[in-house]
Amino acid sequence: MSEQWVGGDCCTPLVDTDTGRRAAVDAPALPEGDLGAYVRDAGNGLKAVNFLVDGITCGACIQTIERALGEVKGVDRARVNLSTSRLAVEFDPARTDPARIVGRVAQAGYRAVPFDPASFLADRAEEEKALLKALAVAGFAAANVMLLSVSIWSGHFSDMGPATRDLMHWLSALIAVPAIIYAGRPFFRSALSALASWRTNMDVPISLGVLLATLMSLSETMRGAEHAYFDSAISLLFFLLIGRYLDLRARGRARAAAENLIKLNAAAVTLLADDGTTRIVPPDRVQPGDRVLVAPGERAPVDGRVLSGRSDMDMSLISGETTPEAVASGAKVYAGALNLSGPLTLAVEAVGEGTLLAEIARLMEAAEQRRARYVAIADRVSRAYAPVVHLLALAAFLGWTILGGLPWQDGLMIAVAVLIITCPCALGLAVPVVQVVASGRLLRQGVLIKSGTALERLADIDWVVFDKTGTLTEGRPELLPDDGRPMAALKLAASLALASRHPLARALARAAGPVALAREARELPGQGMVLATPAGEIRLGSRAFTGVAEEAGADDPELWLAEPGTAPVRFAFRDHLRSDAASVVKAFARAGIGVEILSGDRPAAVDRAAREIGLADHWLAGQTPDRKVARLEELAAQGRKVLMVGDGLNDAPALAAAHVSISPTTAADISQNAADLVFQGRDLGPVLEAWKTARRAERLVRQNFGLSFLYNLLTIPIALAGLVTPLIAAVAMSSSSLIVIGNALRLSIGAERRTR
Amino acid sequence: MHILLYLIPVALGLGLLGLAAFLWSLKSGQYDDLDGAAHRVLFDEDRK
Repeated sequence: MSEQWVGGDCCTPLVDTDTGRRAAVDAPALPEGDLGAYVRDAGNGLKAVNFLVDGITCGACIQTIERALGEVKGVDRARVNLSTSRLAVEFDPARTDPARIVGRVAQAGYRAVPFDPASFLADRAEEEKALLKALAVAGFAAANVMLLSVSIWSGHFSDMGPATRDLMHWLSALIAVPAIIYAGRPFFRSALSALASWRTNMDVPISLGVLLATLMSLSETMRGAEHAYFDSAISLLFFLLIGRYLDLRARGRARAAAENLIKLNAAAVTLLADDGTTRIVPPDRVQPGDRVLVAPGERAPVDGRVLSGRSDMDMSLISGETTPEAVASGAKVYAGALNLSGPLTLAVEAVGEGTLLAEIARLMEAAEQRRARYVAIADRVSRAYAPVVHLLALAAFLGWTILGGLPWQDGLMIAVAVLIITCPCALGLAVPVVQVVASGRLLRQGVLIKSGTALERLADIDWVVFDKTGTLTEGRPELLPDDGRPMAALKLAASLALASRHPLARALARAAGPVALAREARELPGQGMVLATPAGEIRLGSRAFTGVAEEAGADDPELWLAEPGTAPVRFAFRDHLRSDAASVVKAFARAGIGVEILSGDRPAAVDRAAREIGLADHWLAGQTPDRKVARLEELAAQGRKVLMVGDGLNDAPALAAAHVSISPTTAADISQNAADLVFQGRDLGPVLEAWKTARRAERLVRQNFGLSFLYNLLTIPIALAGLVTPLIAAVAMSSSSLIVIGNALRLSIGAERRTR
Repeated sequence: MHILLYLIPVALGLGLLGLAAFLWSLKSGQYDDLDGAAHRVLFDEDRK
């Protein structure tokens, strides 16, 4: 599998398997019987099971998978959900089983992992549906009440009698009151919980305004008065619900995509029992002392010591070191290391709390606690703004009743008008609309936003810290060209290398182009490849394996080819920088943002990468996870707002400690969890793009706030003067909302469609 | 103005019909996969 993508050829996949960072298609499929926990009854003697599918990216994938499963006997119904990359299958348990379904999907070129929909994001889906229902009810009521209100307004200028007007008011009340009670619950609940903890948020004046407006309108209607504000109350709710829904949806989608990725890579452990049989169990059921099998291509699921077998382990996710490490009996192996060449049996040494993974999780937790509690801009604004609204309304009420001598009902009516006018939907829409547009724009370019405040925090960074391996570089070695090397040697070496999964061997095979596989070649795990010929053994491997004298100072990973009778030939490799790494770094530097490299790799390798992208002096090598965190805290203490870009397990605590963080989708699961944003693809460009978009979004949010405050500046005097009629309130509210939405939509102009 | 006695219920009834239709479509999962639906219309389905 030299250049294989998951998901066939039709489209860009989510995960690039060629890097070997995720063992995907050729990883062993989940065994039979193990899927029982995910199977549910679907009635009629059928069973149902849900899968997350890796590699679904376009419409053609739907057809491929559904066709493939349609051919499986016993599959009653298979339906792919493109938005969520999920597959729902109903099948006849007597005629097929989930393992066969997984197998068929794998044949079609996709990887399916079963999941339990009940345990997975069910809450959010429910919340989204409830909000959508409230939105529908509010929309229906707002439209109909507005219809009646328009009649009343025109009635003021024609000959509508008081009886007809009262009828209209009563009808409005009949529609609006139940709708407000139903659709206002999200706001009432949030306001109550804020008040219960002696705080105030934007939902308090909203709830107060809506409820007071409704009650006052009701009493006005009862005494047959001229004005009722049902339309204002319900359309206020309608607009605010739009903001709420957009907010939830934008965050939810990106988070669901990120969680899909993590779920897809959840490991299962192959346990070796004393009688030689194997069993597949989840990682949390492994005990210290158990024996665990790790096949080539799998990641070690636990920390342990090698009992038997020899292999090479790719530790790049743990230490940032690109050259694989040869392991043999007695060697220590950490969870997350990728087994490259030979099967290993591990004795489990630590599970749960004792593992390196748990240690990193502890560091992350501590780092997160130290990270200052960031307050979203919308909350900061409303924290300052809500008391002003309350005071203004109170002042209007007291002023008109005590000083102005109005009856208290009229005074209260004016106060309610102030409440409605001062918390226009524009404030509730200002941030969510921009967030939705920005995250939609970034999603199209392969950037997922996981945290609600990520964009705001990204907008005010002034320092960027890059990890090297897998972040600035592609995380896979490439053969360095060498003019003195005979082409025949390269071809010969490649024919041996084809049989190996070792990243250096694969890089060699890639560089040589198409060659025939040397079928008799054997791999000696942890050492190299051997081909027996009549003239003697041809060997491909390390210096020691090929009998070349050790030599100090060689810092590139290398392979040697030893043929009987000729001098050994050297193949040197290098982990290349992502193609646009230098330009991205330069773009940050041009914008006045400091850039540095913080890597766990050896100084020589980091120095060379730093020179290539023009950061000669700004790097630190050999950093452990806690030293990375310490460096970030040092920067924070200098008042820097740091963006951390990293992928390894060793970066996870630093990702959590930074002001804001971003990871590639090839990163370790725990790093993707810790990062605020995740980007896809082979280029580093999305990082720059995300930052630019965040800055534009920030500007738009500020403009939107400016617009709504300008509106208030104009309308509050009118409201305080007691001149706001329902007509004015309705016009002011809808027009300010539309302006804010229109302003936010400017962000989507000029966004080109890239991956996905 | 007697016409109002017919027209208002008619208007409300139509509105309610729309609301009911929306709630039904929401419940029957028609908004679950908006991206997929956009592609499915292009398939030549020869299945039942």
